[in-house]
Amino acid sequence: MSGSNVPSRLWGRIRRRDEFEPDLGWVLDESRRKWMVEHTSGVTKPDPALVIKNLRRAFGGLTAVDVDHLEIQRGVITALIGPNGAGKTTLFNLLTGFDRPDSGSVLLDGKDIERMRPHVRARKGMVRTFQLTKALTKLSVLENMKLGARDQVGEGFARSLFPPLWRSQEKAIEERAMELLERFSLAHMASEYAGTLSGGQRKLLEMARALMSRPAVVMLDEPVAGVNPALTQSLLEHVRELPIEGMTVIFVEHDMDVVWDISDWVVVMAEGKVIAEGLAEDIGKNQAVIDAYLGSGDDNDGEAP
Amino acid sequence: MTLAAVDWGFILIQTVETSLGLEAAVYALAAVGLNVHFGYAGLLNFGQVGFVAMGAYGMGLSVTLWSLNPFLALLVGMGFATVFALILGVPTLRLRGDYLAIVTIAAAEIVRLLARSTTLGEITRGAEGLHAFIGPFRELNPFDPGSEYGIGPIQFAGNQFFAIVVGWALTAVALAVIWQLMRSPWGRVVKAIREDEDAARALGKNAYWYKLQALILGGVIGGLAGMVQALGKATIQPDSFVPAYTFFFWTVLILGGVGRIWSPVVGAMIFWAMLTFFQGTLTAMVNEGLIPTALMDTSQVSQIRFMLVGVGLALLMVFRPQGIFGSREEMILDVR
Ligand SMILES: Nc1ncnc2c1ncn2[C@@H]1O[C@H](COP(=O)(O)OP(=O)(O)OP(=O)(O)O)[C@@H](O)[C@H]1O
Ligand SMILES: [Mg+2]
Repeated sequence: MSGSNVPSRLWGRIRRRDEFEPDLGWVLDESRRKWMVEHTSGVTKPDPALVIKNLRRAFGGLTAVDVDHLEIQRGVITALIGPNGAGKTTLFNLLTGFDRPDSGSVLLDGKDIERMRPHVRARKGMVRTFQLTKALTKLSVLENMKLGARDQVGEGFARSLFPPLWRSQEKAIEERAMELLERFSLAHMASEYAGTLSGGQRKLLEMARALMSRPAVVMLDEPVAGVNPALTQSLLEHVRELPIEGMTVIFVEHDMDVVWDISDWVVVMAEGKVIAEGLAEDIGKNQAVIDAYLGSGDDNDGEAP
Repeated sequence: MTLAAVDWGFILIQTVETSLGLEAAVYALAAVGLNVHFGYAGLLNFGQVGFVAMGAYGMGLSVTLWSLNPFLALLVGMGFATVFALILGVPTLRLRGDYLAIVTIAAAEIVRLLARSTTLGEITRGAEGLHAFIGPFRELNPFDPGSEYGIGPIQFAGNQFFAIVVGWALTAVALAVIWQLMRSPWGRVVKAIREDEDAARALGKNAYWYKLQALILGGVIGGLAGMVQALGKATIQPDSFVPAYTFFFWTVLILGGVGRIWSPVVGAMIFWAMLTFFQGTLTAMVNEGLIPTALMDTSQVSQIRFMLVGVGLALLMVFRPQGIFGSREEMILDVR
């Protein structure tokens, strides 16, 4: 973890390579200072990867998601937190196209992706994991990984019949897969069926598989739920490095230690709405957040515990 | 009145003959197609016989109606199966798997009923079916129709032998193509979709398109089965495409083991070996008085042998649920 003084916590986590100056440390600019300290919901960001506008989704009478405006800054780690049933997973589903909103729109790099089907969004660089893991049980761990790679020549029907066309690409993919498996402590399981993995290992596999595609935006739904503490640490190390490779990370997490540990920015949802956003250290002091977690639905500000 | 009086040699020869014969080849091909659908892509197709019929009629009509040469007729047969796959797949493959299952079972019956209807009578010749298509194919036959071919006591007439050779050759080609597909990235995507469609979509794979491709591939192979049958029987009759056949193909596939390359072939051989063996044995036993005619007579044997195959399948499911070739490791993954 970086140092504990506030400036470095504030700025030291912006790890996009182009902003890194070895001699000066992390460079900050004024526009970023502004959004970093404001913590009302719906603040604009200097360079948003995702913009969510008036996104609404109701299941019967229950409004699961109702987000007026939310921007996700590019190249940083954004945590999405909120009580059970707050609508986090539903929001993920809406962003990735697995569910359709009743109204509203999602912009990726400024372009409306509302009409794109899930696999098209994935190809545009938005890759997600699922809260309930989807290990492809009857494929080997390595095959699971290879599946994640994008633009595979051998995935075309006719081309697949001519191995010379895709063999070298396949080899490169396999190397990258093994590298990632190594990092995720799964290399020894590479040739086993994914179905033989434990629950925690499946979480790891799913995250590693998502990274195979070198996504622009990676969305992790409770990536470390059920993963043991030691492995969680190494996983978090890895997540922390993703922005260096230029990735935007959004993750859902209930463990506040984890959120505190790796997030640059925290978005809090409750009952479908974004009720606050800000830095991890500030968000805990936010009255609306405290109320949401304590379950007091009324408007009068209760005493902080 | 002893078992020794039964002509076991004859029964054995018959058994081996049918397990290599036309029916076995036809069933193997149809089940190879089904294996692509269910074994690899996870598609529930309960109307494989519809594809078989489409292939047969496509080939037959090419000759009787359009006077095409045999090779074009083969392509048209494959085209018919492809169109059938599109009709079934385009509207249903976006939906949950059950929808395809329902649609296929109905569509296969519609094909048969249309073929035997008076509306299409001019074209398909109703229940009587097509016969006149066989001429051009017979001309291609390199074997002498008057002689017999085979090894030792196992002999097939020339025309029959031609169809059998074509049948097993097509099976070999189909298996080679599938084998290559399934060890390629294409096969990986298809298997992934079988396991969890949403996971594949989240990784940028167009699940719908792959499922459609798999449906077409397996359907075209089913169509080939129909063409081989037409070639061997020299006739295409609508009532040889009743729904029961689909379930025989399923039996073949499950016997062999779902999702394994050789299983449809071995399944088909065992299926036909069992049927012939039971037929021969039961008939002999009734004739020898070993089975009282009060219990069954020779005319009932051909039904009862299917029951015995059913019993055999049930026993297999108890003692080897993964089928002959299936993998037990894969099977137990389902219960984790
Ligand atoms: N398909 C659905 N049909 C009906 N209601 C749904 C559906 N999906 C989600 N909901 C409801 O929407 C609300 C938000 O659910 P969601 O799964 O998004 O919560 P979450 O924030 O991810 O919660 P958790 O932290 O427990 O995972 C819940 O009240 C849930 O019951
Ligand atoms: Mg959730």
